Amino acid sequence: MPTLTYRDALNQALREEMQRDPSVFLMGEEVGVYQGAYKVSRGLLDEFGPMRVVDTPITELGFAGVGVGAAMVGLRPVIEFMTWNFALLAVDQLINSAAKMRYMSNGQVGVPAVFRGPGGSALQLAAQHSQAFESWYAHIPGLKVVMPATPADAKGLLKSAIRDDNPVIFIEGEMLYNTKGEVPEGEHVVPIGLADLKREGNDVTIVCHSKTVSVALKAAEQLAKDGVNAEVLDLRTIRPLDTGAVLNSVAKTHRCVVVEEGWPFAGVGAQVVDMIQREAFDELDAPIIRVTGADVPMPYNKQLEKAAKADPGKVVSAVNQVLYREAE
Amino acid sequence: MTTKVVMEALSPTMEEGRLVEWKKQEGEPVAVGDVLAEIETDKAVMELVARIGGTMLKHIVEAGATVPVSEPVAVIGEPGEEVGGEAGKRGSGEAGGPASGNGQRDGKAKDPEAQAQATPPAPPARAAAQPASAAIATSSRAPDAGGRVKASPLARRIASERGLDLGVVAGTGPEGRIVARDLEQARQATAPSPAAPARTPPLPPPASRVPGPGGTRPASAPFTDVPLTQIRKTIARRLAQSIGPVPTFYLTTEVDMERVWEARAALSAEPKVSFNDIIIKSVAMALRQHPACNAWWQDDHIRYWNEVHVGMAVAVEDGLITPVIRYADEKTLRQIAVEARDLAGRARDRRLRPEEYTGATFSISNLGMLDIDEFTAVINPPEAGILAVGRIAEKPVAHEGVVAVRRQMRLTMSCDHRVIDGATGAQFLKTLKSMLENPLALVW
Repeated sequence: MPTLTYRDALNQALREEMQRDPSVFLMGEEVGVYQGAYKVSRGLLDEFGPMRVVDTPITELGFAGVGVGAAMVGLRPVIEFMTWNFALLAVDQLINSAAKMRYMSNGQVGVPAVFRGPGGSALQLAAQHSQAFESWYAHIPGLKVVMPATPADAKGLLKSAIRDDNPVIFIEGEMLYNTKGEVPEGEHVVPIGLADLKREGNDVTIVCHSKTVSVALKAAEQLAKDGVNAEVLDLRTIRPLDTGAVLNSVAKTHRCVVVEEGWPFAGVGAQVVDMIQREAFDELDAPIIRVTGADVPMPYNKQLEKAAKADPGKVVSAVNQVLYREAE
Repeated sequence: MTTKVVMEALSPTMEEGRLVEWKKQEGEPVAVGDVLAEIETDKAVMELVARIGGTMLKHIVEAGATVPVSEPVAVIGEPGEEVGGEAGKRGSGEAGGPASGNGQRDGKAKDPEAQAQATPPAPPARAAAQPASAAIATSSRAPDAGGRVKASPLARRIASERGLDLGVVAGTGPEGRIVARDLEQARQATAPSPAAPARTPPLPPPASRVPGPGGTRPASAPFTDVPLTQIRKTIARRLAQSIGPVPTFYLTTEVDMERVWEARAALSAEPKVSFNDIIIKSVAMALRQHPACNAWWQDDHIRYWNEVHVGMAVAVEDGLITPVIRYADEKTLRQIAVEARDLAGRARDRRLRPEEYTGATFSISNLGMLDIDEFTAVINPPEAGILAVGRIAEKPVAHEGVVAVRRQMRLTMSCDHRVIDGATGAQFLKTLKSMLENPLALVW
């Protein structure tokens, strides 16, 4: 199986879907001539031409609206935001148009569009460019929210997102674009709504998604040296949430830590914890603990930024807490 | 700190165990995993293993004693460490102690010292968190003010499933919370441990074990009392469960065994195949064709098995046990012969593992070798049927129009009518009879 970067896995998914279905097109800032701010769309303009790889002005609300309209009349747009921080300008189109159209037209008009781009923080991009917004979109009925953590999942989930008949918020990670992994060639489709066990274990369940999957796996390795066998469950899709996978794992381990990059208040983890305590109360041997980003605007200072992020050390100490073990 | 070793539940149904032999003598060093003693459970002789290292300080009970599950049997600690009065006794009547401690617990007793004072006569409370390895019930617990027991939801669920009283369990979580690991040792709430909290009412003095004349008499006595062994108790309990509530009916048929007799004689190579092996194989094959007889009664449903696991009753000293030939329908006669011989041998030595004598989907009991013509066997619930096999005897029978002397065998099947109806059982027996009368059927 070929080894690809996350970036190239996305590129492959876009190319294959554009070859497969002429109604698929890509639109956004710098996606064509510049081949994408993060080079996800490399080579696509040459292959598919300017009708299907469309450079836009810096007008997020405008081109998101064009995307919604195109989807309403039967095309399958993939709208790239240079980052999800910039998509704040387009939120009205995403929430009031894309998410509502099927409901408000009594099912007559759907919006089969994908809105994609990197979310969360990278390194020292400061408060306005280091934000994780998945819980915002997951809050909205009518939107699906997908966040692949590996190159294989990036390809498989982007293909599913493009083929989905509903609007999909597809959040990538700037720090993930260069990560590598084996990616199946050709028709590799990962269904939306399925979590994935990235590591099996019996002692504690670590629920995570996107960039925090690698954080959780590092913590699990550290814990293994200490005799603790952690299970790492990658949600992959935030909404619809794979509740069965979470509950099965918690029923096995009886303890859970939920990790996410975003802020704690009303975060994705809050929803996961709420679901577990309702559905699996009698399985729990300890309170569930969340590891999140610090509840502050992201600091620019390098050390403060590091301190504000979820990291393996914080996950290890949360696991020790739910296992009633003394911290090292 | 000294740690008590308790009688563990070594089989799913074990309620008490007889300590056959101490493997670690007083004064000997003990490492985690060492065999401390051999325990006779209701089914087999098993090993009691050390969960904690140290020195065997004291045997609380002598070899030969029968001890309820979760009662202490020994004390492990540091060499030379004193065995406290509490730790050294078993099921002591002083456990409750004076209840005077309760009243002092009004202030939220957060610090361990305050709790230690509040709960005489228990040993000093330890820090709330404790390494997971020392999950054995040790010293005091720390009930919070007002008597509410703090326990995790999982611990509460396990306790309610096992009928445990959380009030007598020492919690090792934060602020004395009882968590699942604290229940690993406390399987039964049969008797309060010596570390029971002060609010347990004082127990009456233990009744004398021997009221009046002793149990054992000289040989001239008109009777001899023999204490029940674990296996005899289990047999009594299990079989009473069967013959009472199970609506049993019986079906008998006679099988012409001439051809099986010839076939067996022809199978001369080792391992020797017995008639019993042939019957096991035939029963398994017939069950395949009659899945309605390969079933368990489950109170609110019937479980029809897709696998065939045949139990075979084996007489052992003072009882019987039913080791299981798993997937008997898929095994060759020779595989069955080898396996049956091994299982029966180890059954007589009481060396079967629990998984080797549980899980049968149908059973066979054979008394033919003891010259029994026919009999009825008692169903082993939840199985729905058992086949009683009589002896193979030469008899004058009508055969192809003349009276001939031929080898005959009688089979009687006991059926649980809740699962198997008369015709269903009869059809199974018919198939079985025709297989035995045409043993080539076993080949295809």
